[in-house]
Amino acid sequence: MARILTYRDALREALRQAMEEDPTVILMGEDIAGGKGAPGEQDAWGGDMGVTKGLWGQFGDARVIDTPISEASYIGAAVGAATCGLRPVAELMFVDFMGVCFDQLLNQAAKFRYMFGGKAKTPVVIRTQYGAGYRTAAQHSQTLYSMFAHVPGLKVVVPSTAYDAKGLLISAIRDDDPVIFFEHKVLYDEARDDVPEAPYAIPFGEANFVREGDDVTIVALGRMVHFAAKAADVLAKNGVSCELIDPRTISPLDEDSILESVEKTGRLVVVDESYPRCSMAADIAGLVVDKAFHALKAPIRQVTAPHTPVPFAPVLEDAFIPSPAKIEAAVRSVMKGA
Amino acid sequence: MQLNRDVLTESYRKMRTIRAFEEKVHDLFETGALPGFVHLYAGEEASAVGVCAHLDDEDRIVSTHRGHGHCIAKGCDVEGMMLELFGRRSGVCGGKGGSMHIADLSKGMMGANAIVGGGPPLACGAALAAKTLKTGKVAVTFTGDGGSNQGTTLESLNLASVWKLPMLFVFENNGYAESTGSGWSVAGGDILRRAHAFDMPGFQVDGFDFFAVHEIAGEAVERARRGEGPTLIEVKFGRFYGHHEGDAQTYRAKGEVERLRADHDCLKNFRQRVTEAALLTGSELDAIDAEVDRAIESAVAVSRKAADPDPAVDLLTDVYIRY
Repeated sequence: MARILTYRDALREALRQAMEEDPTVILMGEDIAGGKGAPGEQDAWGGDMGVTKGLWGQFGDARVIDTPISEASYIGAAVGAATCGLRPVAELMFVDFMGVCFDQLLNQAAKFRYMFGGKAKTPVVIRTQYGAGYRTAAQHSQTLYSMFAHVPGLKVVVPSTAYDAKGLLISAIRDDDPVIFFEHKVLYDEARDDVPEAPYAIPFGEANFVREGDDVTIVALGRMVHFAAKAADVLAKNGVSCELIDPRTISPLDEDSILESVEKTGRLVVVDESYPRCSMAADIAGLVVDKAFHALKAPIRQVTAPHTPVPFAPVLEDAFIPSPAKIEAAVRSVMKGA
Repeated sequence: MQLNRDVLTESYRKMRTIRAFEEKVHDLFETGALPGFVHLYAGEEASAVGVCAHLDDEDRIVSTHRGHGHCIAKGCDVEGMMLELFGRRSGVCGGKGGSMHIADLSKGMMGANAIVGGGPPLACGAALAAKTLKTGKVAVTFTGDGGSNQGTTLESLNLASVWKLPMLFVFENNGYAESTGSGWSVAGGDILRRAHAFDMPGFQVDGFDFFAVHEIAGEAVERARRGEGPTLIEVKFGRFYGHHEGDAQTYRAKGEVERLRADHDCLKNFRQRVTEAALLTGSELDAIDAEVDRAIESAVAVSRKAADPDPAVDLLTDVYIRY
């Protein structure tokens, strides 16, 4: 019988099971229990999106640690603790806040292994929410995973489904390298899947073939996987067969699956909610131009947000986010060879 | 506090090793033998050694760009360090870190750090791990007067106090952040006063006096081990060289470095104190000097001849544990 969980509940189950499995796994973040030092309810929030709700009650203060609003110190503390025997999972409430703590990931966590001559191990996970669609405007809505994927030493995970969210988070926590784990804020409620109760791990660097097809390869990430699937449904009714690939992790990236698919279809549309410049869309397009140019029957199309901050007004935000209609139009364009 | 002969001998050996290492690096850099940036710790030895004398390999420290002294004080292999400065494959970091990134986790040395203010959050993490795993160990972050003004540092002072972490914030105030005077850049004048703001004990100590540093640090480490939280120590002194090698130091007063070397040398001070108190003899100290000089010469000789990393192999390794 199907066991339907939301993305949020799947993430919480992964955290709980990882903590039950390994006593060195701890959680840190702002309001991840909530109510610390306040007169009312303890465990009042469970994180601003409720992902960690209830874990404080099960594991207590020593393992579910509320922090001051002080990202540079506690993200860095998670990194430091990871080099000293813990497996911290720190929540960066919104990835937009990377601006106040990026050094601890960019110059510290990412570099230890290499610059210390292979002797450091930094098993830290930074969970963070991203993405537009909540009317939270320019400083709480960005899709910034490509900035982390740019940095050698970091692994970057972008789950699109509740099933993947659980299996990839378990892998992230068991992994000995620093992992940045991107959760789309709209998917916490919208993504629901049959999620097995027993813990399972999805390996990094293995793309998911969401649907197989012959005419066009669509590579999409996060929430865009769902939009691309909608577009593919419409196109299928019109006789266009799309192969939809969800890389699931962008560092490492499953290059082979993308290249094999393009070798078969000869056409590529990449869908990425981030800004267009130096994006994963541009990166994947570049990969295919480098390694499968001979197979292309049409120019590659990138469907991304525009090069603007995320706007507030609902009509503007809706226009900012790549839509199923834009994806469909891009596919039709490559089918015409243009 | 009366220190026994072993502690005195070991402390002198380490301070003297740092001095000899740095003087040698200064000479080597002038000849062009060393690539990159080097920032010398000469003149500040009493801080690193006075603090680290209380630590074992399981206690953690994080350091700064001026990290050679902390590495030696914490027990890093001196030959491995010299090899690293030469960028050799057998260096303590395989030639991939260099002067500003020397680390030896097996000695509890979590790394020199080329980002000013990069270290304090990491030390909070080391202290959090000690507290969570109930190891009874402590963490020390060495930070300069420049780093004292970084947001990461101020946030870490708050976090350490809020979480009551077993750690020390050792601020090494040598008077200059690069070329900028700490009397101007540190609001309030003394870093010490920030201890009060963050609700932790604070001490200011003369960094030319090993015994003063040793005593204050010992009390702070014991306090941390007892679970009573962090302590701030401001060590005041001056550096014998520039910010980095190649710094013309025109921002310093005329004769300042000469006066420091003449009147505020922690090694001279140490020698005078222990010989006057008849704890060690001049000839015993001379013998240590000679041993140290030989060891440094040997490290340089080995480093000059050692193999470079192999680009075909070493460029791409150790980015990840598994990728």
